[in-house]
Amino acid sequence: MIDVLYFAWLRERIGLPKERIESSAETVADLVAELAAREERYALAFSDLSALRVAVDQELTDFDAPLAGVREVAFFPPMTGG
Amino acid sequence: MEIRVQQEPFGAGTELDAFTARASGAGAVVSFSGIVRDDSGRMAEMLIEHYPGMTERALEAIAQEAVARWNLADALVIHRFGAMKPGDQIMMVATAARHRKNAFEAAEFLMDYLKSRAPFWKQERSADGASWVAAKQDDEDALKRW
Repeated sequence: MIDVLYFAWLRERIGLPKERIESSAETVADLVAELAAREERYALAFSDLSALRVAVDQELTDFDAPLAGVREVAFFPPMTGG
Repeated sequence: MEIRVQQEPFGAGTELDAFTARASGAGAVVSFSGIVRDDSGRMAEMLIEHYPGMTERALEAIAQEAVARWNLADALVIHRFGAMKPGDQIMMVATAARHRKNAFEAAEFLMDYLKSRAPFWKQERSADGASWVAAKQDDEDALKRW
């Protein structure tokens, strides 16, 4: 089981902040493909990956990152702190 | 080193005095405060969302790198989340070093990195509705100089 988190406009488009899913995805990109195949709102939210960032177990990473042993994956738009 | 992610307001002056008092051996302290700016003149509030857990980890890592790279005596990062009004303080950083050059550079490094690498997202709210602030390419480009 993986906890998948969404933030900012991605959270709004998908309609929830967090969900726990059963996935056999080997990489973040595989997980995105699984999610996008679920429902239209996911497909729309993930339609442009260049507009999104991903963190795996709370570390920023790339969409080709492996998911073996991972507990938490978060998707969000580019950050705007400061 | 102190990292604080909080909803409550803070007083930059009080924080800076306390930071300076404990920065023993430092000859230079530099601080920066970020304020909610209302460019449109119509903003009712700014809402800052964050990723609890990762935010603290990311800020710790950025501050640790600054301390190591510029040989800082100490570093402080305070960043708020939640709802704020124009003119409110969003965040501050402070750095303490033997000489001012290191303190200034480390403070700029901290700001550049926490703008684009710490998981915060700003939303502006006005009578017209809410809109997420888009990340700027300039902010991403600013990381390249480090």
